[in-house]
Amino acid sequence: MSLLEIKNLHARVEEQEILKGVDLIINPGEIHAIMGPNGSGKSTLAQVLAGKEDYEVTEGEILYKGEDLLEMAPEERAREGIFMAFQYPVEIPGVSNVYFLKAALNAIRTHRGLEEMDAMDFLVYVREKMKVVKMDEALLNRPVNEGFSGGEKKRNEIFHMSVLDPVLAVLDETDSGLDIDALKIVADGVNSLRSEDRAFLVITHYQRLLNYIVPDVVHVLIDGRIVRSGGKELAFELEDKGYAWLEEPLGAGEPVGA
Amino acid sequence: MTTTMTASDTDRFVEVFEAFEKGLPASQPESLRKIRREAIGRFSDLGFPTIRQEEWRFTNVAPIARTPFSLKVATDTVKASSIQPFSYDGTIQLTLVNGRYVAALSQLHSLPEGVVVCSLNEALEKHPEKVEPHLGRLASFENHPFVALNTAFYGDGIFIWVPRNQVVEPPINLVLVGSPSAGPIAFFPRNLIVGGESSQVTVVEQYVTVGEGTYLTAPVTEIVAGDNAVVDHYKLQRESSEAFHMATFQLQLGRDSNVSSHSISWGGGLVRNDVNAVLDGQGGEATLNGLYMVEGTQLVDNHMRVDHVAAHCDSHELYKGILEGKSRAVFNGRIYVHPGAQKTDAKQTNRNLLISPDAICNSNPQLEIFADDVKCTHGSTVGQIDETAIFYLRSRGIGEAAARSLLTFAFAADIVERIKVGAVRRDLEEFLFRRLPKGDIVRQAV
Repeated sequence: MSLLEIKNLHARVEEQEILKGVDLIINPGEIHAIMGPNGSGKSTLAQVLAGKEDYEVTEGEILYKGEDLLEMAPEERAREGIFMAFQYPVEIPGVSNVYFLKAALNAIRTHRGLEEMDAMDFLVYVREKMKVVKMDEALLNRPVNEGFSGGEKKRNEIFHMSVLDPVLAVLDETDSGLDIDALKIVADGVNSLRSEDRAFLVITHYQRLLNYIVPDVVHVLIDGRIVRSGGKELAFELEDKGYAWLEEPLGAGEPVGA
Repeated sequence: MTTTMTASDTDRFVEVFEAFEKGLPASQPESLRKIRREAIGRFSDLGFPTIRQEEWRFTNVAPIARTPFSLKVATDTVKASSIQPFSYDGTIQLTLVNGRYVAALSQLHSLPEGVVVCSLNEALEKHPEKVEPHLGRLASFENHPFVALNTAFYGDGIFIWVPRNQVVEPPINLVLVGSPSAGPIAFFPRNLIVGGESSQVTVVEQYVTVGEGTYLTAPVTEIVAGDNAVVDHYKLQRESSEAFHMATFQLQLGRDSNVSSHSISWGGGLVRNDVNAVLDGQGGEATLNGLYMVEGTQLVDNHMRVDHVAAHCDSHELYKGILEGKSRAVFNGRIYVHPGAQKTDAKQTNRNLLISPDAICNSNPQLEIFADDVKCTHGSTVGQIDETAIFYLRSRGIGEAAARSLLTFAFAADIVERIKVGAVRRDLEEFLFRRLPKGDIVRQAV
């Protein structure tokens, strides 16, 4: 059974239709990349997967482990193993990064029938994970994302991901705005978590990330539809030619200039 | 809504004054009796405030005015076990029941030399020279009916006097219990805290209820901080929802003194806190923090006034409010910079979090500046929980109720963190964990 199956997904925010029939299948162990120009619907897809209520699904379905994902609350999705690294991680003054993670991890563990981790075990566990993303221990005790630099915020997302041990991780433009060192740290974080039962959906605007995270499948999302899928070479092709050559076939069957 | 106070509401108090005055201990000096008579005269003129008066526009005290309160109070209705939850290990504790000092419920450990901590009545007998220069002279009753009532009718209170250079390390815990037994009662505690030059003291003032029933407590606490003195004050208003609480807190700051006030209100049905700080010596610094969390039909009104009289003084105010149900909050903050108060640095912030769409907040910061070289800022916000943050927390596996509670706690956290007395901070945290849905998850996550 595939891990994630998106069928003919249509979604809109307020009155504007953004996703216009997305089909996508992700199997355990795979890394899928979604590329596309600005405004093509990449982030909307990520938000719909995570369960943001501002987006209304008007048609189609999403099956996750064979279950109807759209019926699940955002926290249920997280507990079932979906993790989304935010494009713009939210600052939460007054909530410490480490205690928040402990509460999140224990919510997930309880859901999976595991015992809650106590403070001591958690600290040992977390320190191990911090090494992967080369996180400064000071960021652990600070309020979530508060006063973090852009790079620190993205790294913190990868840190959260490694602590929460997801089954399906969605990275929403986690590479945007990163210098090469931070980009490598993010990529290392993902690569270290690669496994047979875990899948990734990496949404990116730039081909560069895919030099460090090698995808199994690359999809091109334009105007709310996946217009082309292929192997990792597709990313290089996009790098050379841009998106314009892919936008043409989309018009087929529809009035031009509508 | 009727807002008219009848003459008889006011007269009820005026009529009993004579009998009350006759019942005062013979030791009451004539100078203080005279002030009491002036105060009841002033109350008779003022009457109870109405919402037509600017300072009471959002706070309707008609329910207080029309309640026939008795001034006859019992002090034997409270068992030691009932106030045990408000005791702090190892600290000096003075307990007032219905405004009267009860020695059996108080613990007075040894004090540093020269420090006086006792009931106001005892102080008037044994140390009149320390009390009289201040008592009744700081908090003005000229325009405040409840201060006038307190000044006329105070029956007892707490007196704390710290001599020059003396430091009292452990906090002094004042527990003011309201315990009505037969019908509504009113009482008027009067507390006076005097810190001598270069002295230091920390005082906790807790207002609590034991038992059930309506009552009015209208306390006045006055703090006189001498030159270079440090006074930290914590007030916890945790009475039952049947309590009316009309308090005035008056601070007088001497040269280079440093006074902090932390006012926490979660109890009471109708609560008004007037906090007035007068900075009249150069280099004085006042920190006025507050947190209120109300639900149901509670109303809490914080009325702040900071007078910058002398130059080179700082004042920092941060009040935060969390409103649930159909509760109401009023914040009125006035900073008054007098001519000559140059180099004043005054900051005032009021932030409100509306949990429920039915809660109402009226926030009104005011600046009046009559000096030309000053730094004054004020800001006021009323908002809801950030839904983006809620989604972020939920997307990590935290349930919605817990996410809301976590963010609510986080909103309060910068006031909680500013509380230096561990026992008070823990009390407040425990209250928040109890009050907030899924508080056990919050407890784990902060």
